[in-house]
Amino acid sequence: MDGSTLEPTLFIIKGMCIMDNDGNRLLAKYYDKNILPTVKEQKTFEKNLFNKTHRSNTEIIMLDGLTVVYKSNVDLFFYVMGSTHENELILLSVLNCLYDSISLILKKNVEKKTVMENLEIIMLAFDEICDGGIILDADPSSVVKRVDLRNDDIPIGEQTVAQVLQSAREQLKWSLLK
Amino acid sequence: MGSFRRDKDDEDEGVNNAYQNLEKTSVLQETRTFNETPVNARKCITILTKILYLINQGEQLTSREATDCFFAMTKLFQSKDVVLRRMVYLGIKELSTIAEDVIIVTSSLTKDMTGKEDLYRAAAIRALCSITDPTMLQAVERYMKQCIVDRNAAVSCAALVSSLHLAGSAGDVVKRWANEAQESLNNENIMVQYHALGLLYHIRKSDRLAVSKLVNKLTRHGFKSAYGVCMLIRIACKLIEEEDAGRGDLSESPTFEFIESCLRHKSEMVTYEAAHAIVNLKQTNARILAPAFSILQLFCSSPKATLRFAAVRTLNKAAMTHPTAVTTCNLDLESLITDSNRSVATLAITTLLKTGAESSVERLMKQISSFVAEIPDEFKVVVVQAISSLCTKYPRKHAILMNFLSGMLREEGGLEYKTSIIDTIITIIEENVDAKESGLSHLCEFIEDCEHTSLAVRILHLLGKEGPFSSTPSKYIRFIYNRVILENPVVRAAAVAALAQFGASCPPLLNNILVLLGRCEMDPDDEVRDRATYYYNILSTEKADLYKSYIVEKSNCSLSLLEKGLVQHLNGPLEQRFDISVIPKAIQVDPATHADPMVISTAQRPPRMTREEESLEKLSQVLNLQQFGPIHKSCLPVQLTERETEYTVQCIKHIFSKHLVLQFDCLNTLSDQLLENVVVDLDITDNYKVTAKVPCRQLPYNELGSTFIVLEFPSDIPDSVATFGAVLKFVVRNCDPKTGEPTYQEYDDEYVLEDLEITVADQIQKNKKTNFTAIWETSNTEDYVECEEVFCLSSTKTLQNAVDNVLKFLGMSAANGTEKVPEGTHTHTLLCSGTFRNGAEILVQAKLAVPEYVTMKLTVRSTDDDVAEMMLSAVG
Repeated sequence: MDGSTLEPTLFIIKGMCIMDNDGNRLLAKYYDKNILPTVKEQKTFEKNLFNKTHRSNTEIIMLDGLTVVYKSNVDLFFYVMGSTHENELILLSVLNCLYDSISLILKKNVEKKTVMENLEIIMLAFDEICDGGIILDADPSSVVKRVDLRNDDIPIGEQTVAQVLQSAREQLKWSLLK
Repeated sequence: MGSFRRDKDDEDEGVNNAYQNLEKTSVLQETRTFNETPVNARKCITILTKILYLINQGEQLTSREATDCFFAMTKLFQSKDVVLRRMVYLGIKELSTIAEDVIIVTSSLTKDMTGKEDLYRAAAIRALCSITDPTMLQAVERYMKQCIVDRNAAVSCAALVSSLHLAGSAGDVVKRWANEAQESLNNENIMVQYHALGLLYHIRKSDRLAVSKLVNKLTRHGFKSAYGVCMLIRIACKLIEEEDAGRGDLSESPTFEFIESCLRHKSEMVTYEAAHAIVNLKQTNARILAPAFSILQLFCSSPKATLRFAAVRTLNKAAMTHPTAVTTCNLDLESLITDSNRSVATLAITTLLKTGAESSVERLMKQISSFVAEIPDEFKVVVVQAISSLCTKYPRKHAILMNFLSGMLREEGGLEYKTSIIDTIITIIEENVDAKESGLSHLCEFIEDCEHTSLAVRILHLLGKEGPFSSTPSKYIRFIYNRVILENPVVRAAAVAALAQFGASCPPLLNNILVLLGRCEMDPDDEVRDRATYYYNILSTEKADLYKSYIVEKSNCSLSLLEKGLVQHLNGPLEQRFDISVIPKAIQVDPATHADPMVISTAQRPPRMTREEESLEKLSQVLNLQQFGPIHKSCLPVQLTERETEYTVQCIKHIFSKHLVLQFDCLNTLSDQLLENVVVDLDITDNYKVTAKVPCRQLPYNELGSTFIVLEFPSDIPDSVATFGAVLKFVVRNCDPKTGEPTYQEYDDEYVLEDLEITVADQIQKNKKTNFTAIWETSNTEDYVECEEVFCLSSTKTLQNAVDNVLKFLGMSAANGTEKVPEGTHTHTLLCSGTFRNGAEILVQAKLAVPEYVTMKLTVRSTDDDVAEMMLSAVG
């Protein structure tokens, strides 16, 4: 395959990654066994990628045989990777979906702190956007509908004494603050 | 109040750090909480998240730990909490590759997958498929079929995507789901459509007719998913490419009409895909291309970096195939040179350099030099590579380009950057005689102040090779001897070797060189002293033939093959002396220039293997190679069948000094047949002898198998040129195309292949000489036989054609860049060299002239007279 015509396949995404502003991986997934198979290689690649992208906000870069589209916000960097022959606009649409979904989940507070606080939901969002390299869904609202299932009111019966006390203390605190 | 606020901040820190400094063992300890009843969902979610986070950070779980964790997780199925359940699915997927006995959760997952809760179902299917192996697939097949056509889009998507994952390991089972996939193609949800198309194409892709039907149907009734349309465009392109070329005008094909209509799609993603596809189609014409290029042109001025990038990347690639069409976008490209995105800028420059006309070179170089200092090293390398290709294209512009390169050489830069510049200068020197002197002096200047030992050594070696043949060799001596005084031992040793070259090739300088070498004999480093002594003693004999064999021409064996040869020798009887001359010469492997030049790579490249080394690995697995001696050459594969026939066969000829090993790579493209005992029957000429045959025992559908034939070359060298008829013979067993199970019925069958030719070129290994003229002159001795003949090449019209043909027939490599005929000349001299399989050196000088048709005077010199004669007959 010389890459002049693209092989028709659904396996489009080679990887997705979120890093903080020190270049540490918060969450990363690689979907192609032939590309960056070990964690060591992945981290070297991420370090490299971060060095090349964190200062210039220019959306797209070619690195080590991958096309990477990216986006940053406050203290976070979002990356979506695909092959260098891939349609860049498809990759960009996935990046936008990833970012917008997370933004919806975190109610527009997209920063490291909130991401870490809601890590389980972010993990689920990753899982709903891309399944083993195939784009599962690219519509942020439908992704969020499927992952943001939190029910903030836990029935009192399932709470431990400590939790009840904690919430009582919380309420007291807020009533004092008002 | 203030204290409360601080309190809150502290808590924030606490949450933020919840995932920092996690200990694997303590987190795994926490999984005990999973056993509590009732399940505390919140707590369990946090623990699960921690485990997944650790794995994602690269923490390795042992199989034992993973299995324990997995079993603890299964307890959580009791809880009804949705998030917890979803996290359990994630955990299952993540651990399924490390933990054992994961199939234990099959029933729980099957229950969720068929249950009422839609929020569970989709995710449960995907989790289930990650733990299912082909043998268990039968059990869930019924559910999968139902889920594919489920009314809930998420469920349907999950089932389709999982099927595609399963198709890798259990293709036959998944094939049976084609009807369901077909049905969900009509689903209203765009993602379902997209995934259904993906699965359906995967199932049908080997059946061209079915694919063509699929495309026809879908292109007509409009497909809503933008991703889906992109996929459809790719399938359509593949169809067009596979159809026989030259079947009339493309624009009449309905498949192409569809692609063209996509240029007007409302989504940019689709218009770009279509434009990209059209530009990359092999058979296009200006009229079809125009709209595609105008789309790309439009994207060039888009405010979105990704769009600009996409457009320039496509233009860059098209610059090779459709240079004139790309030139229409030149204005837009020039404005992109200063783009804030460096990838876009670099692509724009290289595209411009590729398409630039000879007249615009100066202007372009000026533009580049204005910003070259600001860009990072890896982009500079790309620019240098582009300049390098420009040099080969416009040899007359070498002065400007060379000046530019030497300017770049003086600037700051890393080793890789400098290496690429040196590479480029060396290629220019090798290919362009006019540029030699100025190039060498630039290099001399560079080594005066060069911090990279490897580069200094290379340049010194080059000076040694080229310097003695320049107009004033003496001026290089100073530069070289300066290195002996100032540099580290490695460079000093290289400088000594270079000096010796001058001594050997320039008699007037010999006395001076001897003085200098004499001084080097005092060097503190062993290697430098050894070399100096060695060269001093040879040079003081003043015998030209000694110079030739010990200084000027160093044997350059392929090191890996030399090693193999030595190992082989040690394993043998050790009665004979090891003969180094039978080791094939090292061949310069062409660097992979066809790889995307603009891909910026920081990864290490794998060590390059020559074709010979690769084939040796393969052959030694089936044959006892010791009897043949070292391999001389492996030819490029030749197709013996049309593409897309029932069986495809290609042949690789491996040439040894007295033997010929034919490797037939066969592929069976019939899914309902299993071939056994596959052999190739050759109708050989009398002089050849078949000494061995290795059949291919079994050739299942779509697997590559090889069968071998070993032939002995005729003792008379001219007889070795021959044509053999070939027939593929085999036993056919019909089998079930779905399961691949063979039946007991079997019958013999055969399949006629195209004739196999053994040519002169096959038997000659390219052997590039850098100083052909010098060698040609020294070869005028009795060791060499000379033959000469004049040919009229009435069928070739241009000199370039003639040169290409001669090189093709002789299988040799041209020296001094004579493979390119400068435009507008009427005479040309082609110089080429090679080695015959018996080790005979061959030198060829072909003088061509074109009054009306090409006339050629071919002079062959070889150490073997039979070989020389055969060379003439090869052209005739």
